[in-house]
Amino acid sequence: MSEQDAFRADVRIWLEENCPAEMRESVKGDDDVCWGGRKFLFKNEAQKLWLDRCVAKGYTVPDWPTEYGGAGLSAEQTKIFKQEMARIHARPPLQSFGIWMLGPALLKFGTEEQKKHYLTQIARGEIRWCQGYSEPGAGSDLVSLQTYGEDRGDHWVVNGSKIWTSYADQADWIFCLVRTDKTNKYQGITFMLFDMESQGVTTKPILLISGNSPFCETFFDNVTVPKTQFIGELNRGWDVAKYLLGHEREMISGGGAGGDMVSLGAAMAKSIGRNDAGELDDPILRASMAAFDVDVFAYRAMGERFMDMWKTGRAHPASSNMMKYVGTELNKQRYELLMSAGGSATLEWESEDSDGGARPRAWLRTKANSIEGGTSEVMLNVIAKRILDLPGA
Amino acid sequence: MPLYHNDDQLMLKDSVSPFLAEKAPVSHLRRLRDDRDETGFSRAIWAEFVEMGLPGMLVPEAQGGLGMGHMEAGIVLEEIGRNLTPSPFLSTSVGAVAALSKAGGTQADRWLPAIAAGKAIVALAIDEQARHRPERVATSAVRSGNGFRISGKKAFVLHGHVADMMIVSAQCDEGLTLFAVPQNANGLSADPRRLVDSSLASHVTLDGVDVDADAVIGDVGGGEAVLQALLAATRTGAAAEMVGVGQGAMDMTIGYLKERKQFGRLIGEFQALQHRTAHLYSEMEVARATVMKAQQLLDEGSDAATLYVSVAKAKAGRAANLAVCEAVQMHGGIGMTDEFDVGLYMKRDRALAEYMGDISYHTDRVARLNGY
Repeated sequence: MSEQDAFRADVRIWLEENCPAEMRESVKGDDDVCWGGRKFLFKNEAQKLWLDRCVAKGYTVPDWPTEYGGAGLSAEQTKIFKQEMARIHARPPLQSFGIWMLGPALLKFGTEEQKKHYLTQIARGEIRWCQGYSEPGAGSDLVSLQTYGEDRGDHWVVNGSKIWTSYADQADWIFCLVRTDKTNKYQGITFMLFDMESQGVTTKPILLISGNSPFCETFFDNVTVPKTQFIGELNRGWDVAKYLLGHEREMISGGGAGGDMVSLGAAMAKSIGRNDAGELDDPILRASMAAFDVDVFAYRAMGERFMDMWKTGRAHPASSNMMKYVGTELNKQRYELLMSAGGSATLEWESEDSDGGARPRAWLRTKANSIEGGTSEVMLNVIAKRILDLPGA
Repeated sequence: MPLYHNDDQLMLKDSVSPFLAEKAPVSHLRRLRDDRDETGFSRAIWAEFVEMGLPGMLVPEAQGGLGMGHMEAGIVLEEIGRNLTPSPFLSTSVGAVAALSKAGGTQADRWLPAIAAGKAIVALAIDEQARHRPERVATSAVRSGNGFRISGKKAFVLHGHVADMMIVSAQCDEGLTLFAVPQNANGLSADPRRLVDSSLASHVTLDGVDVDADAVIGDVGGGEAVLQALLAATRTGAAAEMVGVGQGAMDMTIGYLKERKQFGRLIGEFQALQHRTAHLYSEMEVARATVMKAQQLLDEGSDAATLYVSVAKAKAGRAANLAVCEAVQMHGGIGMTDEFDVGLYMKRDRALAEYMGDISYHTDRVARLNGY
C-alpha cells in the first residue's frame, strides 16, 4: 500500500468513527452551517461534537501548519481528505471568512505573533470574521475606497463606511481596507484588523431581492485601531487585498476536487417525470439539462486541474479569475434550470411546502455570484490583460 | 494522479511539438491539398512518425510499442491538431490499437507489432450512415466455409482507400462482431471522397467478402466491448485533436488582435473583443482539462471514463467550434480568404466534430448515462 493509500485508509476510518450521522446530511439552510464565533449558537449537539473533534485533529483547516491549529497536510493529502469527506457527504465542520480569506493572507503576510494569535483562533472557530472591502463609491473600482484612518501616533482613528459586508451583524472582528495615505492611490491603503465591538462601529443589514439579508452596511465613526493591528506593510494593504481576492476567487471556484458526481438532469428527472422511453419528460429542457451537465462535469475536471496546478505553483497567477468567471456563470445557469424544472411550484415564496420559498430565494441569491468578489466583466478584463496580454486592457 | 503533464510527458511534448511545427505545419496540408494528393497524408512524414516510435505509442512494449497511455497519445494529437497535420495516427495508432489491445488474440498478435513498426495503416469502418450511429449495424457476417462472408456498406471511413486493414463491425447470429478485413480481400472496395478539410474518407462496400474465422477481433458475438474500447479511445483522441485545432485558431486570433489596427487603434484594445477572447480562452481551458480527465480515466481503466469521454467530445467540440468561429470573425475579411490559415482550422474542426459523434450525440449520451 502506498503512503497515500495508507493515509486515505486512516482518514476513512477516522471519519467513519468521528463524523456524527447528522453531519452527513446535506446542508439545507444557513443554520446548518457552523460559522463559529462568540455569538454562534450550535443548532444541535452533533454540530458541536463534530467541530470539537475536527478542531482536536486540526481538520477544520487541514492544510494549515500544526502550530497554527491545522493538521499540516500536504496538497495531495488535503485532496484525499476532501475526497473522503465528500465520499460520506460530511459537512465542513466549520466555515468562515477567517478560514477562506483572512487565514491565507495571514499565512503569507502575517508576523509570527499574528499567525499564532489569529490563526489559532480561526482554526478553533472562536472568532468570526467579516470582510470590509467595498464601499458605496468603490465597487468594481475598489482601489478608490475612501474610508480613512487618521494617524494619531500609536493608533488610527477610522471614519467611513463599507458595504456588502457579509454577516457583519454576526461577526466578531473585521479585516478592513482603510486609506492611510490620501496622496497615493494604490500604495496608500492599509489592511487593518479590529473588533466589531469597538466604539463607533455600527451595522445595518441590507434587504436583498431574495428577501434575505446576508450583507450589511457597516459604519465607522471615530473608531480607534491600535497600530499593531494591521497585516503586511503600512500603506501596502492593496498587495494583501489582491492576494486575498485571488484566494477568494480560488475558493469560489474550488470545489472541483472530489465532489460527488451528481447530474442536474438526473435529479430533475425525478421531479419532472419521464416519458415511456425513460427520458426526462420535456425534450427541450432535457437537452438544456444535458448541455448543462456537460458543462458541470467539464468544470469539475477544470476545478481538479486548477487545484492541482495552483497548489504546486504551476497555475497562471490570474487563472483563479477564469475559474471564478466560469464557475459563477454556471451556478447562475443551474438555478435558471432549477426554476424551469420546478414550474409554478418554484414561485411560492412563503409556503411550508416550498420551505419558505427556498428555491426562488436561492435562485435570486445566485445573481450576485457574478457580481461579488469581482464581476464577470472585471474577470474578463483581468484575463484579457494578465493572461492574454491584450493591448491597452 | 494530478491533472497536469508530468516531466516525461512534457519531454514528449518538447520533442513532438517542434517536429510537427517544422516538418508538417499548416503549409504542409496546403501543399498536399494544392497538389491534389491522393493518399490523404504524406508517407514521408509518416515514416518520421515511425522513426520516433509514435505509431506504437499505445502498443504494449512486448509487442514492439512504447506502452504509453492516452494522456501521451493526446499530446501528439493536440500537436497534430495545432498544425492541421494530415495523418492516420488517430485511426491507426489510437482507435485500432485500443480495439486490438482490448480483444487480444490472433489479430492483436498480428497487427499490433505491424502498427508499432509502421508497417500497417488501419481504418475504422464503424458507421453506416451520415450521422454517427455505431449501434446501428446492418452489415452482416454469415458463417461460410471456414469463416464468414461479410456484406454491407460503411460510411465516413477515413483512410479507407489506403488502409492495409479495416476494422469492420458486422452482425453475426451471435451478435455484434468486429472483423479485421485485409486490404486485398475480394469484394472489398473503397470509394474515397474529398472532404471539406481536404482529407479523404471512403464509402466502403463489402460485397460478400470472405474472411477466415480468425479474422474475428476478440470473440464472435463479443464485439460490443471491443467496439466500445475503440470508440472511447478514438473519441477522446478526436477531442484532444480538437483542443489543438481550437488552440491553434485562438493563438492566431490573439496574435492578430495585437497587430491589426483600425480606427487608429489595435483592435485588441476594444473591450468587446477582449471579453469575447477572454471567454474563449476560458472555454478552451475547461475543454483541455476535460479532455485530460477523460485520458486519465481511460489510462486508469476507470468506469467513470465512459461518461467523461462523451463530456470531453461534447465540450471540446463546443470550445473548438467557438474558437474557429471567433477566429474567422475577428480576422474580418482576411479570415474569409483561402490564403489565410484560419479557414483551414474551421474546416478541420468541422470534420473532427462529426467524427465518432458530434456535440448533440455526446450530449444526449451524457443524459442517457445519467439515466435521463
